[in-house]
Amino acid sequence: MAELYELPGHQVRSKILSREVSSEEVTRSVLERISKLDATINAYVSVDAERAIARAAEIDSRLAAGEEMGALCGVPIAVKDNMCTLGIPTTCSSKILENFVPPYQATVVEAILSEDAVIIGKTNLDEFAMGSSTENSAFGTTRNPWATDRIPGGSSGGSAAAIAADMAPLALGSDTGGSIRQPAALCGVVGLKPTYGRVSRYGLVAFGSSLDQIGPITKDVFDAGMLLNVIAKHDPKDSTSAPEPTPNYVAALESDMAGVRIGLPKEYFGEGLSEEVENAIRAAAAKYADLGAEVIDVSLPHTEYAVATYYIIATAEASSNLARYDGVHYGHRTKRKSDLIDLYSRSRSEGFGAEVKRRIMLGTHALSAGYYDAYFIKAAQVRALFRKDFDEAFEKVDVLLCPTSPTPAFKIGEKASDPLAMYLSDVYTISANLAGIPGISIPCGFSSDGLPIGLQLMAKPFDEERLLRVAYAYEQTTDHHLKRPASIA
Amino acid sequence: MKISREIVEYIAHLARIELTETEKETFREQLEAILDHIDKLNELDTTGVEPMVHTLRLTNVFRGDEVRPSLSRDSALGNAPDRSEDSYKVPAVIE
Repeated sequence: MAELYELPGHQVRSKILSREVSSEEVTRSVLERISKLDATINAYVSVDAERAIARAAEIDSRLAAGEEMGALCGVPIAVKDNMCTLGIPTTCSSKILENFVPPYQATVVEAILSEDAVIIGKTNLDEFAMGSSTENSAFGTTRNPWATDRIPGGSSGGSAAAIAADMAPLALGSDTGGSIRQPAALCGVVGLKPTYGRVSRYGLVAFGSSLDQIGPITKDVFDAGMLLNVIAKHDPKDSTSAPEPTPNYVAALESDMAGVRIGLPKEYFGEGLSEEVENAIRAAAAKYADLGAEVIDVSLPHTEYAVATYYIIATAEASSNLARYDGVHYGHRTKRKSDLIDLYSRSRSEGFGAEVKRRIMLGTHALSAGYYDAYFIKAAQVRALFRKDFDEAFEKVDVLLCPTSPTPAFKIGEKASDPLAMYLSDVYTISANLAGIPGISIPCGFSSDGLPIGLQLMAKPFDEERLLRVAYAYEQTTDHHLKRPASIA
Repeated sequence: MKISREIVEYIAHLARIELTETEKETFREQLEAILDHIDKLNELDTTGVEPMVHTLRLTNVFRGDEVRPSLSRDSALGNAPDRSEDSYKVPAVIE
């Protein structure tokens, strides 16, 4: 019999609802797992054991009293530490917010709590979600549970590692250029970035406001649908929240792929893609053909411009968003005696890490007088071409299939001194953010070193239902998602 | 494009970030390498393409002009590094 901490969220929920186990037992099991492993993995920035156990006990007693319970009844969940939790520190893994305690609740946090989830802790990230390795955290690198000398991906590396190491059955991440999908791929778990606007960003600490989106990181596709059901809805507090209706994302999960058209974008199989990853992705495509899908080649001709476009738009938006850290309203303030201008620049210099400074600088440059048209407007025009590429591809196919990351997890420190090399590792994930479309990464195999490989599927805006169905069909015929890292068993 | 030390200092000033001499040189080199890659965008002719700043086709999201609960002054000031009664406290702006 599996340990409680090993179970996916939907099984935990069923067992609690049938009174086979209590939420408190599951919560304690997960907390023990964390205390055993997290000194090594460092997935969490903070764990609030006392509050989690009290909350679980409260849910158990409401369940015992016969109350109608929510969709996440008693299930522990890890929340990336860039989502505001009322009264619980929210650091963004930055020194500038080290002591910040939000006076309000993010909409997603309110949503999971109103469905009776138990927040177990806040997970590590690259500072302000800027990075692809979680090495940019001010509170130490998270380690990949499959090989602890390797990165877990980023920026939601803490959430992905927590799921992979069984330190939470469910997690939330955020994705601006791949920050849910890439760590999910490198940690061998499921990560879904919904359509831009599908999930409220209210209370998500802003990085690139036209790109950011919150989504589930889970052990299987069913859990991703279950969690999306809870967080996907229109929110009047977020003016970019989409009014489109939300279906029941788990009702549509089935294995029949007959009539589904799957496109392989040829630009995603070029230079830089590791042979092992390519073989795993092509094998997955063949599996879909076996399941009855029609697999055809398509083209997304502007793919090679994705990194250049993204690193203008994302940094421009970031430089503007992060102007709010001024040492006055909240966050770190310099101790050095200074006038008001020095107070700003010293507080910011002391509080931000190198990658955040680099991106603020790049974005400030792209928006500055004389460069705005050449960089920002140019990138925004190319962004329109990305959307056109996808619109045209989705006239021919229902879903696109490609790698999530060009390689499996790299070694800690390997790309730390070369920011451009790090940026280029996002090549397959950032187009979805630029175009605002949904994407999911699911496990599809392992490298010869035993490192997980992720398969990315992308769909039309607001077509998460189909995206999840196609992901689920593959998962049903494979057992990659059931494998566990041996090193931490 | 070539990035000079002066450009780095100018950007840092605009961004209100104080840099050490070593940081200035590191950022100079790194920004130059990144902007070199970004110059790739000039290969594309984008004449007449409408810039896309947002992926949702939303315009002017309005709400009713109604009074609703908001943060209390105390909780809004709760994270202030320094305050004076009901205000944020900053160094003197005018000597």
